[in-house]
Amino acid sequence: MAYKGHRINPKRFELSQLKIICIVLPLVIFMALPIIFIINHAFKPMEELFAFPPTFFVRNATLDNFTSLIKASRTAGIPMSRYVFNSLIVTVLTIFLSLLFTTCAAFALSKIRFRAKYVLMDINQMAIMFVGTAVLIPRYLVISFGGMIDTYVAHILPLVAMPVALFLVKQFVDQVPDSLMEAAYMDGANDFQVYIKIILPMIKPAIATAAIMVFQQVWTNMETSNYFVNDDSMKTLTFYMNTLANANNTVAGQGMAAAAALIMFIPNLVLFILLQNNVMNTMAHSGIK
Amino acid sequence: MAVIKKNKIAKRADNKNGYLFILPYALAFLVFILIPVLLAIVLSFTNFNAIEFPSWVGFLNYITVLTNDEIFMQYVLPNTIVYALVVGVGGYILSFVLAWALCNLTKTVRTVFALILYSPSMTAGVAMTVVWKVIFSGDQTGLLNSWLMSLGVITDPIIWLINADYLLPIIIVIGLWSSMGIGFLSLIAGILNTDESLYEAGAIDGIKNRFQEMIYITIPSMKPQMLFAAVMSIVNAFQAGTIYTLLTGNPSPGYASQLIVNHIEDYGFQRYEMGYAAALSVVLLLMVQLFSKAANKLFVEKDEY
Repeated sequence: MAYKGHRINPKRFELSQLKIICIVLPLVIFMALPIIFIINHAFKPMEELFAFPPTFFVRNATLDNFTSLIKASRTAGIPMSRYVFNSLIVTVLTIFLSLLFTTCAAFALSKIRFRAKYVLMDINQMAIMFVGTAVLIPRYLVISFGGMIDTYVAHILPLVAMPVALFLVKQFVDQVPDSLMEAAYMDGANDFQVYIKIILPMIKPAIATAAIMVFQQVWTNMETSNYFVNDDSMKTLTFYMNTLANANNTVAGQGMAAAAALIMFIPNLVLFILLQNNVMNTMAHSGIK
Repeated sequence: MAVIKKNKIAKRADNKNGYLFILPYALAFLVFILIPVLLAIVLSFTNFNAIEFPSWVGFLNYITVLTNDEIFMQYVLPNTIVYALVVGVGGYILSFVLAWALCNLTKTVRTVFALILYSPSMTAGVAMTVVWKVIFSGDQTGLLNSWLMSLGVITDPIIWLINADYLLPIIIVIGLWSSMGIGFLSLIAGILNTDESLYEAGAIDGIKNRFQEMIYITIPSMKPQMLFAAVMSIVNAFQAGTIYTLLTGNPSPGYASQLIVNHIEDYGFQRYEMGYAAALSVVLLLMVQLFSKAANKLFVEKDEY
């Protein structure tokens, strides 16, 4: 029997797929275990956290860990609402600035002709391989020299320029047909109008993808709180949750830490599920040629 | 480098608006990426304790890295390379195989599986430490110890997070667990977008099974995505370390799981030998470039298909 060549992305379920599922499924379950565990752990009452032998699944789910998390924050000098506020303002501003800067730059690199364009593109391409943690110290020096220590700026600006995000958005802008823009230029539009009226509406999937990437960077970032901010009241929720997770090595602390981890993880997951179609759409143009 | 289509829109060769549009990003890039990198290079030639003005020492820091830092040569460098090979290269191969397998499934199953495989990478900065602390707890209340003891594999609990024999394997498992990131999604998209007529043509030309199809058609037709994912894997593998500090402490017991990032933190923020830490940072950036060059060789030059 001649091999016919199979189709990627099959429309219907066929028996041959069962083989693949059988191989992949155990791995998928293994990968899911820690996340299933944290969800279960966060809802365990005290006696189950203490249980011996230790249990994986929760039996009598309670919200105890979440309430004690809030109680613990009341006794601390700084209320949890302050950290929530800090995190929200930092996250929103970083995403907004980053998307604005990135889409503008992507438009310039993809559609506008100017002399330095290819050099700038090469630099950004190299910077995809940039490892942020490697330059923590010089970054600290720049921030302290600029008088940004203990300000929201120290949380926001270091994360605004994200070379991978610019690369992905630029690849997507490349797909916008020139004829569309040419028509607009004929009608007398200038570069700014083209950017707002044509480019932005056409690259929504890439914007969504960049938003997710920046969100994941900023929402869980501890570097800025650890190194660029000394004033506790200016630190973010991530930092606070991590302190709780590590300060209480007791079993009760464990339950609180699990609850904290879940609270930090859920927004990531929800955002990704909501936007996953956009992400896959953008990734189709992610190749480095 | 992407080949840019000839741009017919802006008639002028040098449209000044281009500079205007790129300025905000360029400024942020300059101040928080480029200047720090250049500063790291300059500082790496100095002795700097964060209080006094740095004093020039020439190549002394680099000479120390190569000849005098026993911990670096004995533990940090081997650990980092093993970690990068297993989590970077191994994780990359794993994500390709998984992406390929998922693409042979129907959309609903694929989406659910992809979401589950991708979600660990979202926890990168989240305090997942508590999970690992419970699983790898050193007494019999630890999940892993409890499971292994009930299966009869071991009789006494193993002190996972202190015993130097297990530290590196543990962080490698955690690294692999969270390695299906944005590169993995890129690979899925790449495989899904390969031209179907190529597969039909391949079957006529004598391709016999799915494995041959993968080697001769899928991979050659999605090299750009392969490269993007490779770069992502490399960066991901080399910047790991900070999270493990919460688990094993810094320095880790017996330096068993000390990675270069931890070594930099140790010198920079605990001993305040910032010049030396900067030299280590430059070494790290060079290592990433080296690995990326290798990936480039693999996926760019061989363009005969």
